[in-house]
Amino acid sequence: MKLHKLAGIAAAIGLLATPAAFAQAPKAAAKAPAKAEAKEQFFPALPYRTGPYAPNGVPWANGFVDYLKLTNARGGINGVKVVWEECETAYATDRGVECYERLKGKHGGATVFQPLSTGITFALTEKAPVDKIPLITAGYGRSESANGAVFEWNFPMVGTYWSGADVLIQHIAKKEGGFDKLKGKKITLVYHDSPYGKEPIALLQERAKMHGFELSLLPVASPGVEQKATWLQIRQHKPDYVLLWGWGVMNSTALKEAQATGYPREKMYGVWWSGAEPDVKDVGEGAKGYNALAMQHGAEPNAKVVKEILEKLHAKGQGTGPKEEVGQVLYMRGLISSMLAVEGVRAAQGRYGKGKWVSAEQARWGFENLNLDQKALDALGFAGVMRPVHTTCLDHMGSGFARIHTWDGKKWNFSSDWYEADQKVLRPLIMLASAKYAEEKKIKPRTPEDCKK
Amino acid sequence: MFYRENGQFKTTYQSDQQIFAIPQDRWAILAIVAVAFIGVPLLVDEYLLRAILIPFLILSLAALGVNILVGYCGQITLGAGASMAVGAYAAYNFLIRVDGMPALAAILLGGLAAALAGIVFGAPSLRVRGLYLAVATLAAQFFWDWAFLRIKWFTNNASSGSVSVADINLLGWTISTPTDKYLFCLGILVVFSLMAKNLVRGSIGRQWMAIRDMDVAATVIGIRPMYAKLSAFAVSSFYVGVAGALWGFVHLGSWEPAAFSIDRSFQLLFMVIIGGMGAISGSFFGAAFIVVLPTFLNQVLGLLGGLFGLEVSVALVSHIEVTVFGALIVFFLIVEPHGIARLWSTGREKLRLWPFPH
Repeated sequence: MKLHKLAGIAAAIGLLATPAAFAQAPKAAAKAPAKAEAKEQFFPALPYRTGPYAPNGVPWANGFVDYLKLTNARGGINGVKVVWEECETAYATDRGVECYERLKGKHGGATVFQPLSTGITFALTEKAPVDKIPLITAGYGRSESANGAVFEWNFPMVGTYWSGADVLIQHIAKKEGGFDKLKGKKITLVYHDSPYGKEPIALLQERAKMHGFELSLLPVASPGVEQKATWLQIRQHKPDYVLLWGWGVMNSTALKEAQATGYPREKMYGVWWSGAEPDVKDVGEGAKGYNALAMQHGAEPNAKVVKEILEKLHAKGQGTGPKEEVGQVLYMRGLISSMLAVEGVRAAQGRYGKGKWVSAEQARWGFENLNLDQKALDALGFAGVMRPVHTTCLDHMGSGFARIHTWDGKKWNFSSDWYEADQKVLRPLIMLASAKYAEEKKIKPRTPEDCKK
Repeated sequence: MFYRENGQFKTTYQSDQQIFAIPQDRWAILAIVAVAFIGVPLLVDEYLLRAILIPFLILSLAALGVNILVGYCGQITLGAGASMAVGAYAAYNFLIRVDGMPALAAILLGGLAAALAGIVFGAPSLRVRGLYLAVATLAAQFFWDWAFLRIKWFTNNASSGSVSVADINLLGWTISTPTDKYLFCLGILVVFSLMAKNLVRGSIGRQWMAIRDMDVAATVIGIRPMYAKLSAFAVSSFYVGVAGALWGFVHLGSWEPAAFSIDRSFQLLFMVIIGGMGAISGSFFGAAFIVVLPTFLNQVLGLLGGLFGLEVSVALVSHIEVTVFGALIVFFLIVEPHGIARLWSTGREKLRLWPFPH
């Protein structure tokens, strides 16, 4: 009897230990080489090259990796080489969280995460402060995270949905001949029914109150291929303008539906995630006249950095994606996201030692004190692509400029001047929303003294 | 050889009616629980805890709930994701709207709210059954998806419709580290599993099974179908609701309705079918299969590519992962249609005769 019991226990322990052991084995194997190359700066990537959003996710991911390759070709960050590793998320939040956990400790520790998904950003916002790893969400994520006093680890650099929505309203007002002309106008927001699509609503409602235009909201269920009912409503309602907040297949579907219902594409304005080549390519001439925000940059086939990538990487067969993609809108966005991360590390090196590896916590200081002036941008090859970025403790966005570009049936052309999001509108909203978050999560906002540390 | 019950005589009713009548089983289970409580937190690293084990525990609890309804009472549901959502959002609202509400109480109240919702949406089961019922429960999924997306009150007027909660505090124990979270979920899972096991062994569980096997016959011998079916819906939704609240509070920390979409409902139903309907252990096998296997495949495939010096793109790995996973589901369903739990119990039967089978 006694023997039986012992055997039972032994068997149980054996059973339990086996899965634990085999799950640990790959981790141990992955960790071993990481120790040796701790001197390299690790940039994890969470792309989606599969799933319903892959057509838009792939160019972004290729641009992201190409810039890291270019950084190494340029000799690293003051001599520190960069390494990267991808983990496929398929735009699913739970997969994204798993990838984050998987990559955060590899290659000596992740420097910064860029999830390219608002859903994953929301989930990681909870984890980043615990692990002390910053998040750069260039052009997406939580709009209120621009307030660095509450969101210490989030960096929605270069633009948030609120700054984008604000610029769109400014542009429409200019077209109409002033903000007072907006009174009584009908503006419809067609949005992806997720945190991503809902983000701009708060700002648009604020603007609607200020100027007296009528805002109607039409959600589209993910992934967005079913929009017949939405466009029927638009046909009945006849709005003066339609704002499109879609992603992936939802954008081209919306344009096709607009074509089918005869809604003029000239009166449609997309956010910067609805204004790239994959969105309009299939519709071609049918999308002619459609406008979208350009998050600073548009399609930039003539930028210096693009030429450098073609020459240093693609000419040698080291490019990540197809050659034709280089310089396209989403490719450029990946490139800029990657550049912001690299330059943040460079800024951190300025404080913690030039040519030295910096930890994620040190890199955070770099992102918070990033000062990319025109001269620095020109040197990096980004002249004409974007405007200077200057982040501070209270402003993690750094720059609220945007332009509009228009599809002419074959390519994107800029059709407006630079606009800057109105801080008088944005700031109160950001403060209100971030204060609410701080209260929910019991966070004490940082004071100006804390910021100096 | 070792796993044999010859010579074990039961002399009291109590010893005959234990959950694990065979001492070897009893000890094995106790050892597993002990290892899970003591060994795992000491041995396992953070990645395994946060990315694998915590989701596994919480989804096991949800699968347990679905198993009560589908496996024991025979009522197919496609609204499990909705029950999780009700649990999570109700718990969130109890937490923020009632001053001084302890998080654990909020989670349990979330489960109760899910139970109420389950009774309401389980009512069609009194008239329709089988596939028709599955379609009727879809209504719950769509209704609650809609409610949490559109009714701003539920999300406390969050601008993006995403809600978040702070770390749980349980009698002075702040649950913030992965180990704390793991132990908290494990504790709840152990208590709830014990409850479930005893429920299905007791009078109510027998009623459920009678309804499952033949509801006309059950009615004839005096079982009230309304009581039996609705109680199964209530208990099942309670379990799933608590799991949903844990998913939001402990695993995600911040969530949106998409976390509890129809995909989740299907996932839970598959866990129960693959794991084993009408077996408590089936819920654990099923959850392990659905949660752990894809991640494991993903990592192993990447490593395999590395071994052969190939640069495998993440896209290719994820395509292969989906293919292999699908093939494995088909394989298991062909080899053992009654689920992994049945495979396990067949194995046990064989083990009792080993090494001298008849």
